[in-house]
Amino acid sequence: MNMKITTSAVAGTLESSDVYVKVEPCDKLEIEIESVVYNQFAEEIKKSIMEVVEELGVDSGKISINDKGAIDCVIKARVETAIKRAGGEN
Amino acid sequence: MRRSMLFIPGNTPNLLMNGDVLGADSIILDLEDAVSPAEKDSARILVRNALKSLHYKGCEIIIRINPVETDYWTHDLDEIIPLKPNMIMPPKVSCAQDVKTVSEYIAKLEEKCGFEKNTVKLIPLIETAMGVENAFQIASADERVAALFLGGEDLTADLRCKRTKEGNEIFYARTRLVCAARACGVDVYDTPFTDVDDIDGLYTDAQFAKSLGFSGKASISPRHVEGINEVFSPTQAEIDYAHEVMETIRIAKEQGKGVVSLRGKMIDAPIVERARQVIEMEKAMFGGTEDDE
Amino acid sequence: MSKLVASIKEAIEQCGLKDGMTISFHHHMRNGDYVLNMVLDQIAKMGFKNLTVNASSIFDVHEPIIEHIKNGVVTGIECNYMGAKVGKAISEGIMDKPVVFRSHGGRASDMEKGTSVIDIAFIAAPTSDDMGNCTGKVGKSACGSIGYAFADAMNAKKVVVITDNLVEYPLVDFSIPEVYVDCVVAVDQIGDPAGIVSGTTKITRDPVGLKMASYAAKVIEASGLLKDGFSFQTGAGGATLATAKYVKEMMLEKGIQGSYGMGGITGYMVDMLQEGCFKALLDVQCFDLKAVESIRTNPKHMEVSATQYAGVSGKSAGVDNLDVVLLGATQVDLDFNVNVHTDSNGYIMGGSGGHCDTAAGAKLAIIIAPLTRARLPLVVDRCLCISTPGKTVDVVVTQRGIAVNTAGGKNQELKQKLIDAKLPVVEIADLKRMGEELAGVPKPIKMGDKVVAKVIYRDGTLLDEIHSVK
Repeated sequence: MNMKITTSAVAGTLESSDVYVKVEPCDKLEIEIESVVYNQFAEEIKKSIMEVVEELGVDSGKISINDKGAIDCVIKARVETAIKRAGGEN
Repeated sequence: MRRSMLFIPGNTPNLLMNGDVLGADSIILDLEDAVSPAEKDSARILVRNALKSLHYKGCEIIIRINPVETDYWTHDLDEIIPLKPNMIMPPKVSCAQDVKTVSEYIAKLEEKCGFEKNTVKLIPLIETAMGVENAFQIASADERVAALFLGGEDLTADLRCKRTKEGNEIFYARTRLVCAARACGVDVYDTPFTDVDDIDGLYTDAQFAKSLGFSGKASISPRHVEGINEVFSPTQAEIDYAHEVMETIRIAKEQGKGVVSLRGKMIDAPIVERARQVIEMEKAMFGGTEDDE
Repeated sequence: MSKLVASIKEAIEQCGLKDGMTISFHHHMRNGDYVLNMVLDQIAKMGFKNLTVNASSIFDVHEPIIEHIKNGVVTGIECNYMGAKVGKAISEGIMDKPVVFRSHGGRASDMEKGTSVIDIAFIAAPTSDDMGNCTGKVGKSACGSIGYAFADAMNAKKVVVITDNLVEYPLVDFSIPEVYVDCVVAVDQIGDPAGIVSGTTKITRDPVGLKMASYAAKVIEASGLLKDGFSFQTGAGGATLATAKYVKEMMLEKGIQGSYGMGGITGYMVDMLQEGCFKALLDVQCFDLKAVESIRTNPKHMEVSATQYAGVSGKSAGVDNLDVVLLGATQVDLDFNVNVHTDSNGYIMGGSGGHCDTAAGAKLAIIIAPLTRARLPLVVDRCLCISTPGKTVDVVVTQRGIAVNTAGGKNQELKQKLIDAKLPVVEIADLKRMGEELAGVPKPIKMGDKVVAKVIYRDGTLLDEIHSVK
C-alpha cells in the first residue's frame, strides 16, 4: 500500500491508556512524540509509529502523538486510523 | 462453557486490555452500538490489533459486527476474520437470508486465510419482531449458527412497548427463541439486564431466564457477570447427582443390566445427557475432579 | 486571663520565633487548608529566614511554600506526605537540605522521643475558646478529628491555636486542652471544609478496580481473619473503598460483629459502624464530611492521636491490634517493598502517611493496585523509593493475580488458604512478567545525584533516600 497524507486528521483520545494522534500534510516525514511514559518507552513508541508508517507506505507527513500510556497495539491502531483518515491511496 | 457473555466497547483501550479478567466466559467486543458512526473505522482497527496482540486467556471471543444493512459489516469482517475469533455476532438478524449473507462472506474470508470451513461460528442477535417470528429459520439457516441471542432493548422498540424490569413484554420472544434454538440443537442466550446497580434484580432476571431454558445470559456490566455465572452454574446438589447418575450407569454396565434406576427413578437417556452436561460444566469451572472418567 | 492575641504576627512575636527554628502544622483541613500559607506569608513579611517546616502533610494548596523556599524563608521541610505540586519542585532540587519524610506514627513518636524538636506549633482549630481548649468537631470549618495535632500540642515549645470559631470559655468536648496552648488567634477563615474531601473518596466504578476489590475481599474472607472481633483499616482509594463495601456485605450477611475500624475515616467506614459491623471507630483524620458529622454526634466514633493510632513511642497503638489493612502502591518490587513516595519517573507525589505503620502492625497487610497503570507495570525489580519494607507486606492483589509474600517461611498457611479458595495465586515475579508482557519492559529511570529527601522509618532509622530527577 502507498498512502499519501492529503489532509489533516485525528484519531484516538486523551484517556489513560489511549493515545491522541494528529496527522497533517508535510513535505517530509516528521514525527513528534509527547508521552507520559516517554522516559520508559520512547523507543517502543517510535518503533510502533514507524512500523505503521512503513506498512502503509507513507513517505511524507507530520505525525504528532500525545500518548497517555497506550500499549503498542493501541498506538499502532490509532496511528493507522489517523493516517487512513488523512490519506488517499497513491 | 458459556454462561456469561460480557459486552466490551470496541473503542476503549483500557477495557479491551482487561476484557479477560472480568470473569465472563465470553466477551463480546462491540463494533456496533457502543461505537459512534464517526469512530467505526477506529474501533475496527483497534479491536483487530487487540486480537492480534492480546491473549484473552480462558475467554471466548465474540465480535459484534455492524448490521448487514449498513456499509460497515463487510469492512468489519475483512479486518476481524483473519484473527480467527470464536464467533461473530451479526445484529438485527431478521431472516435466514441475513445469516446466509454473513456466512457466505465469512466463508470467502476463511478460504482466503486458509482456515477450515466453518471455523468461525455465528451467534445471530435477534432483536426485531420479524427476527423473533423467524427464529427457527434463522437458527437452522446455516451450519455456522451455534447459538441465538435475544436483544430485548431493540425488540421492545420494534414491538412499540416499554421495556420493563419484569420483562412480561419479552416473555413470548424469550420462549420462542428457546424453543427455536433447542429445536435446532443450538444454544440460546438471554438479553442483558439493564439496571447496572440492581444486583438482586439481576439474580431474579437470570434465574427466570434459566428456568425458561436459556443457556446463559449477556451483560452490559462487569458487575453482573458473577451473578450470571452463579445462576447458570450447576449447584453442588446437581453436580453430586450427576456423578451419582454416571456411577450408577457404570455399575449397571459392569453388571450387564439394561435398565437402571436411581432413587426410585428410571435413568433414561435425557437424564444421562443432562448429567454429562453438568459434569462437563463442573470440569470447565473447577478443572475436573478425581472421579471423572 | 485570656490567651487571645490580636493577630498571627503578634502570636509569632510572643512565641519568640527566630531564624533557624522549626515550626509545625497539621493537615486535617487537607487541600482546603489556609493556615500554613497564612502563617508562612506572615513570617516572610516579618523577614525571618532559614526555617524548617514540619507539617504532617503538604498538599497542592500549599504550593506558595515553593516561593518561600526560593526566598530562603523555608530551608527545611519535614512531612509524612507531599502532594505532586510541591513534590515536583523538591524533586527538581530547589532546596539544599533534603526533605525528611516520616510516617504518621513516626512523626508523633519522634516528637515524643525528642528526636524531632518543634519550636512553635500552629494548630488550625475549627473551634477554640480563648484559653486554647480546641476541637475540630464543630465550627464552620469543622474537619472532625485533629489527631495528628496532638503530638505537636504536647511536645512543641510554644503552641499557637488559630481558629475561625472563637467560643466562650470553657469549650465543651475539647480535643486539645488549654494546658499546652500559649496563645490563641482568631482569623476569618482557617480553610475551606470542602477541600478536606479529596477526589479519592468515591467507590470506583471502573470494572478493573472492582475486580481487584472483589479479589481483595475474597483474600480477607479466605484468611480466616473475618470473624467476630475483626479490626480493619482502609485508605480512601477507589478500589480500597470498594473492597470495604464487599467486606461490609460479607460481615452483614454472616452476622460478624467486628471490633474497630481505624485510620483516616470515610463515610463508608461510618456506614459500617452504623450498621453494626464495628463497635467503634478510631479516627485520626476525617476524609469526608460524613465522617465529620459522625465524629461529632456518635460517641462510638472516637478521636485518637497519631501516637495512639500508629506510634511506636506509646506503650501500645491501634495498629498493633489491627487484623487487616488495605493499602495502595505506585510500585511494588520483587521483595514486596512498596513505593508510595514517588511516581514512576521519580517525582515525589505522595508519602507514607500511615502506610508503613499499618503494614507493620496489621496481621494481614494487603496491597491493592492494577497490574499496569498507563503502561507502567506495578511490579518492578527495585522500587524507586522504599516507603514500606517488604517484610511487613503480606499480599499484593492485582486484577490478574495475587502474590503472597512467603519470604522467610511466613504466610505459607495463608497462601494455601488462598489457593484452596480458588483465588489466582501467583508469584510476585509472575506479576512482573505479566505486566511486562502486556505493557513492555520499561527502561530504567536514571535519577540525579542530589539527595532531595530522606525517608525515615517509624522506628527512626533511615529507610531510603530519594534522588533528584534528571
